[in-house]
Amino acid sequence: MNNADDAMDAISSPVPARLQRLRRNIRRRRRAERRFRIYGVVAVTIGLVFVLFLFANIVAKGWSAFLLTHVQLDVHFDSATVDPEGDRSPQSLARGDYAKLVKTALRERFPQVRKRRDKRALYKLVSSAAPYVLRDRLLEHPEWIGRTLPVWVPASDDVDLWMKGQVASADVRLDEKQRAWLSALIEQGRVEKRWNPFFFSRGDSRQPEVAGIGAAVAGSFFTLLVTLLLSFPIGVAAAVYLEEFAPKNRLTDLIEVNINNLAAVPSIVFGLLGLAAFIQFFGVPRSTPLVGGLVLALMTLPTIIVAGRAALQAVPPSIRDAALALGASRMQAVTHHVLPLSLSGILTGTIIGMARALGETAPLLMIGMVAFIVDIPRGPLDPATVLPVQIYLWADAAERAYVEKSSAAIMVLLAFLLLMNLAAILLRRRFEQRWQ
Amino acid sequence: MMPISTSGLSVLLLALAAMAYALGYRRARRFARGTTLRQRTLALPAHYATYALLWAALPAAIVLAAWLALEPALVRQVILAELPATVRALPEGERDLYVNRIVTAAREGEVLEDLDPALRREVRHYLRVRAVSRMALAVVVLTVSAGGMAWAVRRISPRLPARQRVERVTGVVLQLCAMVAIFTTIGIVLSLLFEALRFFRSVPPAEFLFGLQWSPQTALRADQVGSSGAFGSVPLFAGTFLISAIAMAVAVPVGLMSAVYLSEYATPRTRAVAKPALEILAGIPTVVYGFFAALTVAPLVRRAGEAVGLDVSSESALAAGLVMGIMIIPFVSSLADDVMTAVPRSLRDGSLALGATRSETIKRVVFAAALPGIVAGILLAVSRAIGETMIVVMAAGLTANLTANPLEAVTTVTVQIVTLLTGDQEFDSPKTLAAFALGLVLFAVTLALNIVALHIVRKYREQYE
Repeated sequence: MNNADDAMDAISSPVPARLQRLRRNIRRRRRAERRFRIYGVVAVTIGLVFVLFLFANIVAKGWSAFLLTHVQLDVHFDSATVDPEGDRSPQSLARGDYAKLVKTALRERFPQVRKRRDKRALYKLVSSAAPYVLRDRLLEHPEWIGRTLPVWVPASDDVDLWMKGQVASADVRLDEKQRAWLSALIEQGRVEKRWNPFFFSRGDSRQPEVAGIGAAVAGSFFTLLVTLLLSFPIGVAAAVYLEEFAPKNRLTDLIEVNINNLAAVPSIVFGLLGLAAFIQFFGVPRSTPLVGGLVLALMTLPTIIVAGRAALQAVPPSIRDAALALGASRMQAVTHHVLPLSLSGILTGTIIGMARALGETAPLLMIGMVAFIVDIPRGPLDPATVLPVQIYLWADAAERAYVEKSSAAIMVLLAFLLLMNLAAILLRRRFEQRWQ
Repeated sequence: MMPISTSGLSVLLLALAAMAYALGYRRARRFARGTTLRQRTLALPAHYATYALLWAALPAAIVLAAWLALEPALVRQVILAELPATVRALPEGERDLYVNRIVTAAREGEVLEDLDPALRREVRHYLRVRAVSRMALAVVVLTVSAGGMAWAVRRISPRLPARQRVERVTGVVLQLCAMVAIFTTIGIVLSLLFEALRFFRSVPPAEFLFGLQWSPQTALRADQVGSSGAFGSVPLFAGTFLISAIAMAVAVPVGLMSAVYLSEYATPRTRAVAKPALEILAGIPTVVYGFFAALTVAPLVRRAGEAVGLDVSSESALAAGLVMGIMIIPFVSSLADDVMTAVPRSLRDGSLALGATRSETIKRVVFAAALPGIVAGILLAVSRAIGETMIVVMAAGLTANLTANPLEAVTTVTVQIVTLLTGDQEFDSPKTLAAFALGLVLFAVTLALNIVALHIVRKYREQYE
């Protein structure tokens, strides 16, 4: 624009043409500016819309799993059926034939059902876990023996899906008769969506209606416990060493390079390490929170070390100098003064690391934590699965009913993560120290 | 005497350590009390007590750890030496398998009656040998601990520099903790290399790296059709590359532009809301993205394709790539934000003073100055995309497919590692070992990307300091 040619051009051509060109040029540049700005808005909007869409989608799919369709049956707790020994002892009651109670109750409700095939279809309205519900209720209330009482039992997954309107009518696995019976029950007010008691208390199950995240949550708890017990002390010690004691030499450089690289190693590689080193070489039992915790501890270490070093760096040197001047050794200055002052920062980093470990899935698949776990693990040596792996298993399951379970488990997982991050933010705010 | 469990032994050891601490403290207090300044002690009672504790706990703990680490190999040797002659005459591989069966049967606590009599005898023998070993271990560990305690407590005197001794040990422990990072890297490299080498003994490396067929089934019988299985990994790398490229096509423009918008244009209020909201994306576990990709995005993509008359696979690379791209957005944008704020104010002001618009300043000056950092950030993002597992496991295909069509199903390196290693199969087949060879390549590629990226970042940072 300002070069000699342009200047010559400007002199020879009439003024308005030159002005016009300038104006056009400026208009073009303004448009480019606006366009650029719009790109930015679009980019941010894409991200935000995705966040909203993701959450809305998962909540929409998952909230219904907290409810479960129940059917009310008039169950006659026939003493000969439920109490084979006749002594009303828990052992005897546990051996009762509760499936028979359910079937009898259903038959009495629909006496017109005669054919064997129809009867079988009728029984399918109620979950195959219903007998266990009756058993547990009766063990709580032995005085019910011999009486007829209305009891709510869980419906089967097909009925549950249908009631929740989650399947297209073509996919409904209920035939005409079953739907007619169900309508009759609904008219009598005997079908209701109630709080799902199994979702938080039970382990995985082949019957989606009674599958729960209890075992997975317990597994996650023990796994994170092992992770915390290992990675917190080791991470803090490493941070203290690197920040307070390490001489400037090649070993220290090597350690720092390694920490940086470990932070970027794909998580699945840690799973391979766990399989080859911990399980094959050291013989740590497979599928246990112990081996899961070990692997996750190695993954969490870089996070804790980096956060710990930042927190230690934030403590001004004057604190150390004062302690040393009063005759403390370097170790005493660190353990008595620097470490307590930086603890909130270290804890914040630890919580964030733990949150990341809680959501980690891939390495745990390698070390056998994908097992089908029904029983709630009671310690770090019991076979277990964790919450994200349970989500993965349910998302992969063929049965349609597991989709809502999976979404609901995601909601629980995200709630835990939210709580942990909130705790980290609060902790940082509360203990944030200004050293000016 | 009951055989004592490892955890029981550890508890006993802890109890002994606590006792040593108490004894040391009492002894130190006795002579510390009533000492004048001239005959003062060299350390505080707590130091003397810790000194005693370390002597009671550390040597014994080292013995315990070493014993437990070496025990399996030793017991194995004993078992091997006493096997019946018929078994010992077997070739090495089969003999090892036999011993493996004994060891696993014993470890898993299988019901002895279910095993055949010869094996049952061996399992019983194994258990007996191990019980003897454990008994000896308990005796040795407790003796070492008690001995250490006795020695340390007797040595406690005002002239013992207990603080220095304790601090020296603490320093070494701190250093060892810092070196866990090195041990981890060594562990990763060794375990990957070791298993990959075993894999390359049955499949030549050239076939693995350049072969175009991937079908890792190992046959049940040797004469079966296609019994050898094909381990050419090119389709896997092509699939990984395809999905990563789609992801980067989403993440780089969106991540860069949102970083630019939030740091240069947005009002402080918008920024305060939008920035943490975008960072939520970074905190969502990958399994959630995978679920979303498989159950929501993939059907959407499929339906959109059908609407315009395209045949889209339900496990299309496009769906997995799109979601992976979204996952990486905050990663790209935070790195871009960092490098762009590092560009000195003076460069920006100079450009604006010459009459450039804001977008021109950003495009021609800030981007140009920050380019190395941005490239490094993109490399790090690529390494994330390559190593990402859950999204592709849940949303991408399982069968290898050498194609560049994003609407078809492809599989990736990480998907194959997961499918090869989940489920129950024996550890020694080429099928499972292939996972380690893939892992080795994955590790090498991501490591190289990270090193290059970190190197660029460091060089670039020096430029403006």
